[in-house]
Amino acid sequence: MQDGIALEMKGISKSFPGVLALNNVDFTLRAGEVHALMGENGAGKSTLIKVLTGVYEKDAGQVSVGGKTVNFKSPQEAQAGGVGTVYQEITLCPNITVAENLFIGRARDPFVKWGDMNKRAHDILDSLGIPAVPRQQLSSCSLAVQQMIAIARAMDMESSILILDEPTSSLDEGEVRKLFALMNDLKGRGVGIIFVTHFIDQVYEVSDRITVLRGGELVGEYVASEMPQLELVSKMMGKDLDDIDKIKDMQVAREETGEYIYEARGLSSDAGVRPFDFHIRKGEVNGFTGLLGSGRSESIRAIFAADRVTGGTVKIKGKKLRIDKPIKAMKSGIGYLPEDRKADGIIADLSVRDNIILALQVMKGFFRPFSNAEAQAFAEEYIGALNIKTASSNTPIKSLSGGNQQKVILARWLLTHPDYLILDEPTRGIDIGTKVEIQKLVLKLASEGMSVTFISSEVEEMLRTCSRLIVMKDRRIVGELRGDELTQNHVMQTIAKGVSADA
Amino acid sequence: MHSLKQNRVPISNSNLLFIIAAGILLVMYMVAIGLYPASFSQPQTFFDLFNNNAALIILACGMSIVMIGGGIDISVGGVCGLVTMSCAVYLQSAGASVAGSIALALAIGIAFGVLQGFLIAYLQIQPFIITLAGMFLANGVMTMVNTTPINVQHPGFVALFETRFRIEWLGTINRHGMFIPCKISISTVIVICVIIAVAVLMKWSKFGRNLYAVGGNSQSAMMLGVGVRRTKFFSYVLCGLLSGIAGLAFILTTGAGNIGNASGFEMKAIAASIIGGTLLTGGVGNILGSPIGALTLLTINETIRAVGIDSNIQTIISGFLLCFFIVLQSVIIWLRDKGGGFRIIRPPWLKSMSLFTGGADGANQMDAANQMENNNNNGKGGNPS
Repeated sequence: MQDGIALEMKGISKSFPGVLALNNVDFTLRAGEVHALMGENGAGKSTLIKVLTGVYEKDAGQVSVGGKTVNFKSPQEAQAGGVGTVYQEITLCPNITVAENLFIGRARDPFVKWGDMNKRAHDILDSLGIPAVPRQQLSSCSLAVQQMIAIARAMDMESSILILDEPTSSLDEGEVRKLFALMNDLKGRGVGIIFVTHFIDQVYEVSDRITVLRGGELVGEYVASEMPQLELVSKMMGKDLDDIDKIKDMQVAREETGEYIYEARGLSSDAGVRPFDFHIRKGEVNGFTGLLGSGRSESIRAIFAADRVTGGTVKIKGKKLRIDKPIKAMKSGIGYLPEDRKADGIIADLSVRDNIILALQVMKGFFRPFSNAEAQAFAEEYIGALNIKTASSNTPIKSLSGGNQQKVILARWLLTHPDYLILDEPTRGIDIGTKVEIQKLVLKLASEGMSVTFISSEVEEMLRTCSRLIVMKDRRIVGELRGDELTQNHVMQTIAKGVSADA
Repeated sequence: MHSLKQNRVPISNSNLLFIIAAGILLVMYMVAIGLYPASFSQPQTFFDLFNNNAALIILACGMSIVMIGGGIDISVGGVCGLVTMSCAVYLQSAGASVAGSIALALAIGIAFGVLQGFLIAYLQIQPFIITLAGMFLANGVMTMVNTTPINVQHPGFVALFETRFRIEWLGTINRHGMFIPCKISISTVIVICVIIAVAVLMKWSKFGRNLYAVGGNSQSAMMLGVGVRRTKFFSYVLCGLLSGIAGLAFILTTGAGNIGNASGFEMKAIAASIIGGTLLTGGVGNILGSPIGALTLLTINETIRAVGIDSNIQTIISGFLLCFFIVLQSVIIWLRDKGGGFRIIRPPWLKSMSLFTGGADGANQMDAANQMENNNNNGKGGNPS
C-alpha cells in the first residue's frame, strides 16, 4: 500500500471567463507521501485543489481516488469520499468545545451524548498526540492546536487524502514543528498529504515530492531530495533573478550624492525605540534589518509618526518640520505601507478602486470627494502599471490574492506621489514571482528619484534591493552596511558584535 | 502530553458569564433584603417576581435563543401583546374554549416566527429590520383586533387565572402565628416548564449545539456541515413560539386584553438576556442566564419602587446599574483573555472540600464563583491573577 496511488488527476482543464486557469494538468499522489504543490499566485494551485474538492466543476479531465473515478460536487461530498481539506483560515467554531468541533455537522442523532462524544474525542486527540482537552473551548487552544484539531476531524472522517492549504502561514516556528511531526505521523499511516505553501524551506523539510505549476500548466513533478532550491525557484518563475542586479547597479552611485530627502536626529517614540539618527537621500533605497523585536518596525513607525513621537528633530528636504501625526507625514511627502496588511492596510469590503484612492482622498479631505471618472482613471492607471490581477476596479479587494492586495496598497501610496516611501514587509506572505516584481518596482521607483526604505524579514531580499542597510539590535542602531559589506555574513557579524560596538 | 489531558479545563465564556449573572442576582437580592427586609425576606416576594412577570422571563428565553444564533428579534413584545389581545377577544366570543385560545396563541407566535425566520435565514435580510417590521405589523394587527380593554369573563379561563399552587413546606408565619404557604400561579408553572425545555434543547439537542456554532462563526459552521439556514430558521420559529406562550402567560397574569400589553418588552428582554450573559455578537450564552437576567432587572425595579424613589429616578438608576453590569462582564472576560487562561486562587479550605472536586467543571465553577465574590467584595472588580 505504501506505493499505491491514492489520487490521480489526469488532463484537468478549467477555464473561467477570459482565463484558462488549468490547462491539461496531471497530478498524482501516492499513499503515505507528502506532496508539495507549488507555484506562484495564479499558477493554478488553488484552482486544482478546488476542482478536486468539488468547489469548481472541471471542464475536462478525470479524477480518481483509490482507483475509482469520482466527481465530487461539494467539499462535503469530497470529505465523504475520503478527501479532507484543512484551509489556511481555520474553519472551526471558536466558541464551542474541541469535541463538538470534531463531531458537529456529522451526527444523525437529534440529541448530543456528551459523555460518548468527549470520550471519542479524547481517543482521537490521544492517538494523534494533540495536546487538547475535549471539553475545552476551542478558542482557548493555540492556533497550531486548532489547526491540528481540524486535521484530526478530517482524519476521523476517514480521509485517505489530506489537503493542507497554507497551513503554516499563521504559525510560529515551534508550532510549525508540531504540525510537521503530525504530518509525518499521518504519512506513516498511509495518508497521502497535499501540502500547499509559499515557504520553500518548509517544502524541503517535509515533502517527498514536488509538483510545480506555472500559468495553469504543469511544469513537472520532482523528487524533493533531487531538486536544488535554486532550480525549484526558477521552475516556478520561469525566469531568473539576474535582471534585478542590473537595475541595482545603476542606483549605487546616486546614493552618495543625492540631496537629503529626510533627516532625523535623536528620534524616539513611545514604542520604546532608543533615540536614533537617520537620513535618506533622493533616489536611495535603504533598509532596516535585525532580529525580530530589534526595533526595525518601531523605528520606521517613528519616522511616519505612527507611534507617538517623544523626541528628536526632523528635517524634510532641509526644512525643519514637526511630524507628530501620520497625516502630517503624508502631507510632507512620506508614504507608509504597514506591516500587517490585513489589520492596517486593506479595507476588505471596499473595491480595489476605493482602496487605491483612499490615501489621496484622505490628503485631499473627505468633503472634497473625487468624481467617479477621476477615481476610475487613477485606479485603471495603477492596475495597469503594477500589473494587478483583478476582474475589474470594482471588485472587492478581499477577493484578490495576497500578492495583488499588496500591490493595491502599494498603488494607494504611489498615487500620492510621495518623495519618500516606507515599505514594511511588503513581500510577506506573497508568492515569489510577485516578490520579485515588487523588488523590481522599488528599484525602478528609486531610479525615477523616489527614496525608499524597504524592510523585509528575508535578509536576502534586502541585500538584493538596498544600497545601504541599517542594522538594529535591542532597539538601537548597531551598524550600517554598504557596498561590498552587503552580505549575509556581514549582517550576522554586525548583529553579533552589536552591543560592544555601541558601547 | 497525556498528563495534560487530566488537567482542568478553562471554563467556557458562556458558563463564566452565567456565573457572573448568578452572582449579580444574588448580590442584588441581598441588597434588596438589606434595604427592604419586610418584603424581600419573605419567600413569597421571590415567587411573585415569577407570578407577575412570567411573560418577560419567557420572552427573555426566546431572545437568548436568537441572540446565541447571532441574530435578534425585536418583534417579541409586539407579538406577545397581539396574542393577549387576540386571546381576550376570542375568549369573550361565543363557544370559545381555553384549548382554542392556547391553539390561537401558539399559532400566532409560530406564524410570526416562520415568516420572519424565512426572510432572515433563507433570503438573508438583516434580522433587525425584519423583526422591526414584524413589531410594527403585530402592533398594527393588535389595534385592528380591538382597542378597548377587555376583562376576560370566560369561566374556564377565570378558573385557570385564579388557580394557585401552594408550596406547603415553604412560607411565612403571620402576626397571628398562622403559617401562610407560598403560592405560585399557572404562569409560573409555564415559565418553569419553558426554562427546563429550552435549556435541555440548547444543551443536548443537535439543533441547540448547531445554533451555538452558527452564532460563533456561521461560515465555519457551514464548512463543518451544519445546516446554517435551517438552524437560523428554527431559532426564529422557536422564538416566535415562545412569544406566543409568553402572550398566554401574560393574559394568565393580568386576566385582561389591553392595548398597552407587553409594549416595550422587547427591549427589556434584550436587557435581561444580556445581563444573563448572552452576548449580542452571538455564540455565547446560557439559557439559564435569561431568567436570571430578567429576575435581576425585576429585583432592581422592585427594590427601587419599594424604597419609594421617584419613578423618573427609577429608570435612571436601572440604566446605570445595567451599564455597570455589562462593564463588569466585559472586564472579567477581558482579564481572562489577557491572562490566556483564567487562573483563580482558591482559599485552601475550599480546595480541601472534596464535594466540589468531583468534576473539573465543578471545580472551575467554584473558582469562578469565588472570583466573582472577590470582585463584588472589592466593589470595582478584583484582579484575578
